Amino acid sequence: MRVAVIRFPGSNCDLDTVYVLRNVVGLETELVWHKHFNDGDFDAVVLPGGFSYGDALRAGVIAAYSPAMKRVKEMAKEGKPVLGICNGFQILVESELLSGALLRNDCLTFICKWVTLRVDNDKTAFTNMMKKGQILKMPIAHNEGRYYNDMETIREMEENNQIVFRYSNDNGELTSQSNPNGSLENIAGICNLEGNVVGLMPHPERASEPILSPFKTDHGKLVFESMVNAIRNGGK
Amino acid sequence: MTIVEGVQVDLKPEELNQAVKMLGKKPNAVEVGMIDVMWSEHCSYKSSRPILKLLPVSGPRVVCGPGNDAGAVDIGDGYVAVFKIESHNHPSAIEPYNGAATGIGGIIRDILCMGARPIALLDPLRFGSIRSPRSRWLFKYVVKGIADYGNCVGIPTVGGEVEFDESFESNCLVNVVCVGIAKRDEIVLAEAKYPGDLAILAGGSTGRDGIHGVTFASRTLTEESEEDRPAVQVGDPFTKKLIIDATLEILKTGYVHGLKDLGGGGLTCASSEMANKGGRGIDIELSKVHLREKGLSPFEIMLSESQERMLFIVDPKGVETVTGILDKYGLPWSIPGKVTDSKNVRVFLDGLLVAEVPAKLLAESPIMERKAEKPSYIDELKKTERPQMPKDLSEVLVQLMASENIASKEWVYRQYDHEVGARSVVKCGEADAAVLRILGEDKGIAVSSDCNSKHCYLDPFNGGAGAVAEACRNVACVGAVPLAIVDCLNFGNPEKADVFWQFKETVRGMSEMCKVMQTPCVGGNVSFYNEDEVTKKAVKPSPVVVALGVLESLKDVVTLTFKNVGDCIVLLGKTFPEMGGSEYYYTVHHIEGGIAPKVDMKTEKKTIDFLLLAMKKRYISAAHDCSKGGLAVALSLMSVKSNLGLEAELQKINTENLRYDELLFSESHSRFIVATKKSHLDNLLELAKSRGVFARHLGNVISSPRITLRYEDNEIVNCDLMEIKQAWESTIPSHMGL
Repeated sequence: MRVAVIRFPGSNCDLDTVYVLRNVVGLETELVWHKHFNDGDFDAVVLPGGFSYGDALRAGVIAAYSPAMKRVKEMAKEGKPVLGICNGFQILVESELLSGALLRNDCLTFICKWVTLRVDNDKTAFTNMMKKGQILKMPIAHNEGRYYNDMETIREMEENNQIVFRYSNDNGELTSQSNPNGSLENIAGICNLEGNVVGLMPHPERASEPILSPFKTDHGKLVFESMVNAIRNGGK
Repeated sequence: MTIVEGVQVDLKPEELNQAVKMLGKKPNAVEVGMIDVMWSEHCSYKSSRPILKLLPVSGPRVVCGPGNDAGAVDIGDGYVAVFKIESHNHPSAIEPYNGAATGIGGIIRDILCMGARPIALLDPLRFGSIRSPRSRWLFKYVVKGIADYGNCVGIPTVGGEVEFDESFESNCLVNVVCVGIAKRDEIVLAEAKYPGDLAILAGGSTGRDGIHGVTFASRTLTEESEEDRPAVQVGDPFTKKLIIDATLEILKTGYVHGLKDLGGGGLTCASSEMANKGGRGIDIELSKVHLREKGLSPFEIMLSESQERMLFIVDPKGVETVTGILDKYGLPWSIPGKVTDSKNVRVFLDGLLVAEVPAKLLAESPIMERKAEKPSYIDELKKTERPQMPKDLSEVLVQLMASENIASKEWVYRQYDHEVGARSVVKCGEADAAVLRILGEDKGIAVSSDCNSKHCYLDPFNGGAGAVAEACRNVACVGAVPLAIVDCLNFGNPEKADVFWQFKETVRGMSEMCKVMQTPCVGGNVSFYNEDEVTKKAVKPSPVVVALGVLESLKDVVTLTFKNVGDCIVLLGKTFPEMGGSEYYYTVHHIEGGIAPKVDMKTEKKTIDFLLLAMKKRYISAAHDCSKGGLAVALSLMSVKSNLGLEAELQKINTENLRYDELLFSESHSRFIVATKKSHLDNLLELAKSRGVFARHLGNVISSPRITLRYEDNEIVNCDLMEIKQAWESTIPSHMGL
């Protein structure tokens, strides 16, 4: 079982993600420079957070045109697990592997803080170890994380069970207070129709060890353990 | 300013004469430009060097002391922590966004070129009154500059401080700190030792930006300073991120014999200092330097302070490997230099010699003797009479919690990514110091930056000592043993005798405290000329001290929140009527004078040692030092942060016969508030007694959300916790907008 973490110029959560995959989850993980990605053969791929290409033009847009993304798209089609965290999510949206857009936070500043998430879909390649309605603690750290889509598509996505995580309070209620960036319908993470491609703004790699959590939780680890499970079951 | 060979220089006529004498010839335009930059206060420390000698710089833990790009201390198990502080005051005062951003860029390079991975940033900031629109503008864009740069390069900003005082109105202080980590054998020095080695210039191309940044920083600001805006460089965090990744990869090859970043003084500074340190010379061929635009003169190339550049001294055998890595990251490079055994910096353009100056002459400027004279305000302000005590001390407490110097700084740190790197064990606002883990180990380091300029203004000696003491206390509060400090000394014009006296006294106080605390000063920065010609006002003396400590086990981490209802609250250390420079005098009475807190150095050390011992014995469940706002504010903060109330009786600690307001709000040093389980209380008090540390059980943590402070039968403070919390949280956002 081999997992790749792609490093684009400007990725900056790449080493954190590799650390967690290797040392906390215990997976064989390779940090791959984006130009070399097509040479490898991997069971799953993670696009880490950061500022790929310095957010030039728009967050994630230049990386979306990297040759590495062609291979990522093929892997997505093959049903292999593909995860985008923060800037990785922005790249997945820009490369149209996921639907919608991530706009500037409604407060117009960068926000770094711990948030509460509700699991809405526990069947994806990255949530199969969770339970629907489960409450998770993870931090966010972004400038452009306000999820947006047209309402028609959102309804469609809801019907297809494509909303994976929403910002909520501890009781799982979707309040405006629990929504840190003004995301439509409190959406924090979504998936493709098949559920093997998931993108989310919060950082599971920063929430995988109790020592780093103000709540002494390790909910982020569930994301990666679900991935291991999915690889074992051929992507599901 | 003098004109020499058609070049405007800041050198004084007598300095110029000395340069001619040492050089043995009249310098040409390029040479005089190089000397001008290297002899500027910023590069040469010509005024401060004789005073800085007072600071202790060595100790068993010191790996690299002052004189290197950053200080390095041994934290055990083969690791060293590397840290450094710098100022970017002048650029930030006229262009806050890029001024602050490039400050971060520069300090990161300092850590990187020691061979260490930068893992944390801290930002001690000082502005004029938050009620002034200009200060708010500076505050907003300095924070944004730090956030945009730090977040993008992926180094967490884990701490810092913000102080507001009218003396910073025209001269904000933007200090930046970076901490790095390396294996002991990975440390690289900035030296060119082996003739024949090649100098590879990597990263950003050289342009006209930032020419004379250092001489600009070695002057006072004037009305025309706005015109110096082109002297402020423009940062590029994206390129910096590539440089960090590429440099760390290049260092692993083992071909790098020396490394230095190009900061103030540009190529002149980097080449001459490396050559001088290695006892060699260096030849530079300017036609090879990769430029941003055509037509730069030799003078401009040698003095440009364009950002994001590094100079690698490389074994010729390794050139291909090194440049290959630079190519992988898409970073431009050129090989303009070669180490020689001439001891001179020789600059060529297309093979023609355009400048030749001994490296030593550039790197070791003559010292300037400055006069020091005690300013008259010092004794006058001591005579300030004690104001009447306000009737409602609960109201005063709420007012203090809402004061901008005490209020929550979440508005600031929420904009900083303080978690990237997966090392932030104790995060912003959770304790008195940030704790970062060493990946793969149970070990951590703690860092805190501190300074109280109001205390320093009234009593520079104790203010300097107090900055060291407070930084060490904060590091101890999380359970770390303070090992060393770095300092950034922000003062006015050293050519004025009263400013130089403040400087001298401050450093004297710091060095005494460092000696007693056994925390050597391993690096630092001096920023003079923080005054402007318009108001004729200098900033209050601001010696910002960063202490670094080590935690042998992360299981020992202590934060400032109360953990359980019923836990006992204990005060360590005595409270004296030292109200001068207190937040209480400033906010409530608008008084600048009075007697500032003194540091009893032996007591300070003893108390910190005792706290660490009690922590090792696991007696302590929460700890917080008493500083700005005094005892009442410290207690309130612990309550607010834990959403638990408290009751306390203060007559037990009034050993010096203080008035209520003094007892509550005095900012005496050497004090901590700690919480302990009831079952540990007797042990804790007994241990304190045996160590000669003053400790009294004040009261207890309660579940109801109230803060009640009694003195015998009088209830002197009774506040609703939510009201205090609201006051503390809303101040900064209400001034700055969400």
